[in-house]
Amino acid sequence: MSDERIGVRKTYKLAVGGQFLRSESGRTYVVPDSSGGFLANAALASRKDVRDAVVAARTAYRGWAGTTAYNRGQVLYRVAEMLEDRYLQFGEAVSAGEGSNEVKSRANVTMAIDRLVWYAGWADKMAQVAGSANPVASPYFNFSIPQPVGVVGVVAPQRSSLLGLISVLAPVIVTGNTAVVLASEERPLAAITLAEVLATSDLPAGVVNMLTGRITEVVPVLAAHRDVDALDLCGVPADLAAGIEETAAGSVKRVLRSRGAEPDWSEPPTPRRMLSFVEIKTVWHPIGV
Amino acid sequence: MHWEYAPAPQAQDIVELRPSYGLFIDGEFSDPDDGTSLETVNPATEQVLARVAAAGPRDVDRAVTAARRAYQQTWGPMPGRERAKYLFRIARLVQERARELAVLETLDNGKPIRESRDMDVPLVAAHFFYYAGWADKLDYAGFGPSPRPLGVAGQIIPWNFPLLMAAWKLAPALAAGNTCVLKPAETTPLTALLLAEIIQQADVPPGVVNIVTGDGLTGEELVLHSGVDKIAFTGSTEVGKRIQRAVAGTSKHLTLELGGKGANIVFEDAPIDQAIEGIVNGIYFNQGHVCCAGSRLIVQESIADAVIERLKRRLQTLRLGDPLDKNTDIGAINSPGQLDKITELTASGESEGAERWSSPCALPDRGYWFPPTILTRVSQSHRVAREEIFGPVLSVLTFRTTQEAVSKANNTPYGLSAGVWTEKGSRILWMADQLRAGVVWGNTYNRFDPSSPFGGIRESGFGREGGRHGLEAYLDVR
Repeated sequence: MSDERIGVRKTYKLAVGGQFLRSESGRTYVVPDSSGGFLANAALASRKDVRDAVVAARTAYRGWAGTTAYNRGQVLYRVAEMLEDRYLQFGEAVSAGEGSNEVKSRANVTMAIDRLVWYAGWADKMAQVAGSANPVASPYFNFSIPQPVGVVGVVAPQRSSLLGLISVLAPVIVTGNTAVVLASEERPLAAITLAEVLATSDLPAGVVNMLTGRITEVVPVLAAHRDVDALDLCGVPADLAAGIEETAAGSVKRVLRSRGAEPDWSEPPTPRRMLSFVEIKTVWHPIGV
Repeated sequence: MHWEYAPAPQAQDIVELRPSYGLFIDGEFSDPDDGTSLETVNPATEQVLARVAAAGPRDVDRAVTAARRAYQQTWGPMPGRERAKYLFRIARLVQERARELAVLETLDNGKPIRESRDMDVPLVAAHFFYYAGWADKLDYAGFGPSPRPLGVAGQIIPWNFPLLMAAWKLAPALAAGNTCVLKPAETTPLTALLLAEIIQQADVPPGVVNIVTGDGLTGEELVLHSGVDKIAFTGSTEVGKRIQRAVAGTSKHLTLELGGKGANIVFEDAPIDQAIEGIVNGIYFNQGHVCCAGSRLIVQESIADAVIERLKRRLQTLRLGDPLDKNTDIGAINSPGQLDKITELTASGESEGAERWSSPCALPDRGYWFPPTILTRVSQSHRVAREEIFGPVLSVLTFRTTQEAVSKANNTPYGLSAGVWTEKGSRILWMADQLRAGVVWGNTYNRFDPSSPFGGIRESGFGREGGRHGLEAYLDVR
């Protein structure tokens, strides 16, 4: 009899509205490890799961957008703290999915944590950097401020399962939006583990809803959904982008296009991704005695 | 005692109309290669003003090619401080020829001369002045160091503010270093062509601004042309969606300024005289041909009857008629097509149960006219509460609590504008935060300024025009 302990495997579920659920369709798909072997079964999200996720994101939106910018920054920073605590675990998750060695994976995780800290700090600066007081030629105090666009569908990068994911997710939520994320199709496990961290952080339920499944099945539903205000098509392959953008035009969604090849996520970020998911509101306030 | 107004016509002879106009391509006017022509009509008299070219595919191609050449050879390499001086020149020339532009705008569009003279044209000059100053300061606009222009911008504008929309499109694009192909609306091409003359007088290098008149087909050619880097469109949400579909999968940049169903919310503590004027200005200004019009009056129940009564009294004093008369408040509807749409939607309001009241003013025998109209007993589900009428028709809804006002105002797929009337400053700001709209006016409505960003959210479009933010639409910042 061997002394070797048999590991307890984790069931990977969808994260919707703060709950971890199997797909309502009961389907799963095989997630391979980097050499093509069996790693796990992930839930295969259905159209109904997408719609439920949008409802959860919309429900969470009012509260999250109404949170003070200071508080949103605190919440995101708290997530970074929790990731730091578990960086070995995430290093393993990245290695398993991406096939990178331990050193590289850990560097990848610390970079993801630092990215989150960078974005957390933006929460209470965005309005100052992106807003303005406008010198109108009439007796009004006229100001413009960035406001979240609402519910954002995020198609996570396909290759970088954690750093890439955080690089696209953080700018969406730090600005007050809520998100329905489709994790990397082949490498979804780090995303689900991240969702487990988010669930025990101070992030309100429904702000980030994490789906696993097929781009071809999930993204057209997101693009056609009238309660989705914007899309980040980062992880969408170039040949699918046109069709999805066409669908998104049905409700005049803001679309951050896929640029074909995945960006180099180790490059320092800029405020651009955040600016893609805010819209400027201008207020004319009367001045007088 | 009842005083009659004597006629106070603005002289027309300041405008020299040509019988026909060509396309403005590469610095000169030319006849279309493969285009046709169309007539532009004075909507107040139904008289044909001129024949105007309708550019075909080859004409659009010529214009885009000229714009590309100018982008590469003159305008692109030119230092910002030199570009600025051309824009300042345009602003000055607009001021010098202000009355001529105003009269021509009124002839072609049907809007009262008081509005074209006191609002449209001054704002056009102000807009060029504002953006002229940006041309050599782009490094400080907040889009990173040395932001690059996009290239050739295809710009499609509507008929409600023909010249002002041309300025809103051209000024920021040119300041940022782009070259332009502008497509004016089918029914109102004349002031853009006069602006082309101004651009000639300013000695702007050939090809920097090209103006291709025509109908929707010309616009479509422009949107689909592979040499265009950016499309900026102002018009209906329906066409906006078509354009967004057309650029899907391309690398073309896009900004859209689309329709709206603006809520004008009046609280019981509002300064009532001011609010009445604001409601009138919100929906009857420019015959209601305003994308951000306050077409839904959402008034607190306790004062609703009083507000409606006063509004009716006020509307009876508005003077509808000859747009060139300096005392005219309400001009002509821009086209028979638009008049049909307004008539049909208003009738649908009545058949769905709303109560219609129209000002008993006499309508001229010729031309296209619609009296200022109020629809009461409107419910949220009525078409007149949901669809953009784009005419002088106000739909009235009431509310009891502030939260109800917010929900009713936000109950629309649009999100362009809203007005809030109250004596409480804190309430204006709270409402401004709650309202899903790109622009919120406190105790005012339909106010514009070149330094103030304007644009919508949701199905009212994306991107901003005006202010520092307006530059972003023409810079490669993503």
